[in-house]
Amino acid sequence: MTSQVDQSEAVDGPDGNGGASVPAAPLGGRQGPAKPIRRLDRVIIRFAGDSGDGMQLTGDRFTSETASFGNDLSTLPNFPAEIRAPAGTLPGVSSFQLHFADHDILTPGDAPNVLVAMNPAALKANIGDLPRGADIIVNTDEFTKRALAKVGYAADPLADGSLEAFHLHKVPLTSLTVEALKESGLARKDAERAKNMFALGLLSWLYHRPTHGTEKFLRQKFAKKPAIAEANIKAFRAGWNFGETTEDFAVSYEVPPAALAPGTYRNISGNLALSYGLIAASQRSGLPLFLGSYPITPASDILHELSRHKNFGVRTFQAEDEIAGIGAALGAAFGGALGVTTTSGPGVALKSETVGLAVSLELPLLVVDIQRGGPSTGLPTKTEQADLLQAMFGRNGEAPVPIVAPATPAECFDAALEAARIAVTYRTPVLLLSDGYLANGSEPWRIPQVDELPAITPDFADGPNHVLEDGSEVFWPYQRDPQTLARPWAVPGTPGLEHRIGGIEKQDGTGNISYDPANHDFMVRTRQAKIDGIAVPPAVVDDPSGEARVLVLGWGSTYGPITAAVRRVRADGGVVAQAHLRNLNPFPANLGAVLKGYDKVIVPEMNLGQLALLLRAKYLVDAQSYNQVRGLPFKAAQLADVLWAAIGTLEENDV
Amino acid sequence: MSDTFPSLKLVPKDDRPQSAKDFKTDQEVRWCPGCGDYAILAAVQSFMPELGIRRENTVFVSGIGCSSRFPYYMNTYGMHSIHGRAPAIATGLAASRPDLSVWVVTGDGDALSIGGNHLIHALRRNVNLKILLFNNRIYGLTKGQYSPTSEVGKITKSTPMGSLDHPFNPLSLAIGAEATFVARTIDSDRQHLTSVLRAAARHQGTALVEIYQNCNIFNDGAFEILKEPATRDEALIRLQHGEPITFADHGVFRDPDGELRVAPVTDANRDQVIVHDAHALSPARAFALSRIADADTLHHTPIGVLRDIQRPVYDTLMADQLATATSQHGPGDLSTLLAGNDTWTVG
Repeated sequence: MTSQVDQSEAVDGPDGNGGASVPAAPLGGRQGPAKPIRRLDRVIIRFAGDSGDGMQLTGDRFTSETASFGNDLSTLPNFPAEIRAPAGTLPGVSSFQLHFADHDILTPGDAPNVLVAMNPAALKANIGDLPRGADIIVNTDEFTKRALAKVGYAADPLADGSLEAFHLHKVPLTSLTVEALKESGLARKDAERAKNMFALGLLSWLYHRPTHGTEKFLRQKFAKKPAIAEANIKAFRAGWNFGETTEDFAVSYEVPPAALAPGTYRNISGNLALSYGLIAASQRSGLPLFLGSYPITPASDILHELSRHKNFGVRTFQAEDEIAGIGAALGAAFGGALGVTTTSGPGVALKSETVGLAVSLELPLLVVDIQRGGPSTGLPTKTEQADLLQAMFGRNGEAPVPIVAPATPAECFDAALEAARIAVTYRTPVLLLSDGYLANGSEPWRIPQVDELPAITPDFADGPNHVLEDGSEVFWPYQRDPQTLARPWAVPGTPGLEHRIGGIEKQDGTGNISYDPANHDFMVRTRQAKIDGIAVPPAVVDDPSGEARVLVLGWGSTYGPITAAVRRVRADGGVVAQAHLRNLNPFPANLGAVLKGYDKVIVPEMNLGQLALLLRAKYLVDAQSYNQVRGLPFKAAQLADVLWAAIGTLEENDV
Repeated sequence: MSDTFPSLKLVPKDDRPQSAKDFKTDQEVRWCPGCGDYAILAAVQSFMPELGIRRENTVFVSGIGCSSRFPYYMNTYGMHSIHGRAPAIATGLAASRPDLSVWVVTGDGDALSIGGNHLIHALRRNVNLKILLFNNRIYGLTKGQYSPTSEVGKITKSTPMGSLDHPFNPLSLAIGAEATFVARTIDSDRQHLTSVLRAAARHQGTALVEIYQNCNIFNDGAFEILKEPATRDEALIRLQHGEPITFADHGVFRDPDGELRVAPVTDANRDQVIVHDAHALSPARAFALSRIADADTLHHTPIGVLRDIQRPVYDTLMADQLATATSQHGPGDLSTLLAGNDTWTVG
């Protein structure tokens, strides 16, 4: 392995001086390898194998090692919906891609520099994504005639010359692992299972990753099975040593730490950040957190995570169905809790009627939608952002709901706090739109100080708020705050404020049932005005030269690839402005003016143009969609081409 | 009062005297004149002071249907929600607020048709809810379609040639769904209705009370046989815990094959009349009793408490887990949580 290609597709910013050789230096506490070390500015690795091969775990561990080393990073787990698809088949391939760098990066990378393929299926499923010159490490033990035939290889690709364009490293990972563990007393089958740790050890050597964390992790994970723990650690070390001694790997690589803003960091996935954001919102508001949820991919991890934190006063309720999940959360909100329900698109569809009830009751409620490919069951484990219009309009009647959408995994923390702030301040259900890519992807996160976090004030009603003509003081549940138009939140147990609310139209002020036409018209418009009036931060445009004529506008998880594309275009001399929306309802107040400031507005979305539709309807701008619904994030190179084309069209018109 | 109503031990008491009037709202009651719901409302309003708890700690939650207008007429906290979902909403409320007395008011369509799933799961969880199921065997609010408790062959607007659906037996369903408290009463029998409400309020956990309720517009006289002085004594079986199950010179006996059977009581068989045990852990006897009535004529309809057993209450168990987690790990510290175990510092 003497060349670490640096293909242009993977560019996530201007090319650095990748490839400069530096003298071998001993790593901290470990004898330095006797081989030359080359310095790279970034690397993209993809681990691929059977769903049962432990590729997600391998990727997670490499990520942790990389995070603790101080690189910036971005990850993309990609796995089938089937828990254990038939072994050795293409549908059963599970992969984990990791991009790490010595500088700030935004995406998991377009194309891998290195593919680790644990079997022929993994090779076949991923080879198409590899640029020429990439390194491929294959587990030769799995390249049997039968395994090759299973995925339709007529000839052995390791021998027929079809991989000539790549640097192929043929490593018998399984037998080397078994050999390394022959003294362990483990059955061959159990020993074979540690081959992913052998591969991890090899890659850890190749990129000088710190190993202490993985060994500690393995000891904890297999605390009850010390023999398995030791076997995995042994396989991991054997992989490292193999790299150091084998002649196949002539060089190892170093990616120096990235220069991140000062602070204390950890690596965090979107769903974990979102869970922590919900707990933080509960702590900052003083409202006990109640989660009503029904298991659904890719949202279930939030239910799992929150159920572990009962000592924060968190109540988690695994309901009988999606409707009961939101119903229980709404019931808890009526009782003064921070009511939350977590789901994905199909679940939102089932919850629609209850969201409408919450709109009518004007109670705080968080509805978290971790979007996945649709319609119907769609692609449960793949990402998409096609629930925007469902979130916006998917209810009967005029039922406006604020929408918040994080742009990166770490931002899911802030989005949860922001959604809670809006819900509590304005007494309204709020939809938080994350997606599968944010949920499972991870990145370094600067851990905030608790007192930096926004305070959320429930401001419960505690007494009468209206005086009748006869001078008596009464409580009116729909007497609004003149600024926010929010109604009072009076919780059971508060004496004198007993009141009844429901889904039937209510008389303004008293909240009594009213079928009066003028009152209904007033209430519909008032509920809309309340949402329209929510204070959200202005849209920030990144237009360094101030001369851009093309604006690229995105929302949600496309932030990474869009920003990477913008950097590429600018690095090559292009002029383009970028803005990204975190609040989709209401839009930032300045958005109309921003859009009208550019000759061309490009809106890349992982749907068929849902944000573009809203922009066109609201602002009468000719927003141009660029769409992809492949279940995978955009590639930076692909979007850069789109931006260049937009710039080019304008210039042609000028000629 | 906590001795009388152990289920309300966490609910603040009210020392001030209360009357039925305190539980009436200023809203005009809008059920059809002659509806059985009026009698139930009056009975509940009269009964509530007996609980001795603060009115503001009482919540009525309902779904959709005629019966579900009930909360508007109770001067407590209340929510008129959406069709079938009241048990789910009330579960979230009760599970997060053990200091409340939470009541669900529902009907045969609301609870057994669109909301059937929530009902059975509330029952098996044993959340501290009192569910009043007004059963009139018809859809009233949508103007007269058959319901899941309507008899086979019933002619309604949606079944001009007669209903094909086999009906649910709500009490059998509840017992099958692991309910810990199952009772039946009748709208017009104020005294019996109140006694069943009292038993339900005492019960720790979910109580299901089926109330036969007359819809005088769309299904008038559905329960007339149980109300008419001329027929009711031989049609109704009034269950009393610990008492032999007898009525109008008849008794309930067990056949050699285990089936329950109604037969005249004689001196020879008097000691074989079965004695009602509402606290029996096995649901078998209660289930058999729930099915002893003739489905067509309603003859031998048992009313009263069929089943009333002790099982840990969901809200209490949930609160216990929070307390255990807090005592094991200490109260949660947000800074520690956010930092995790694997951090690095820059600058």
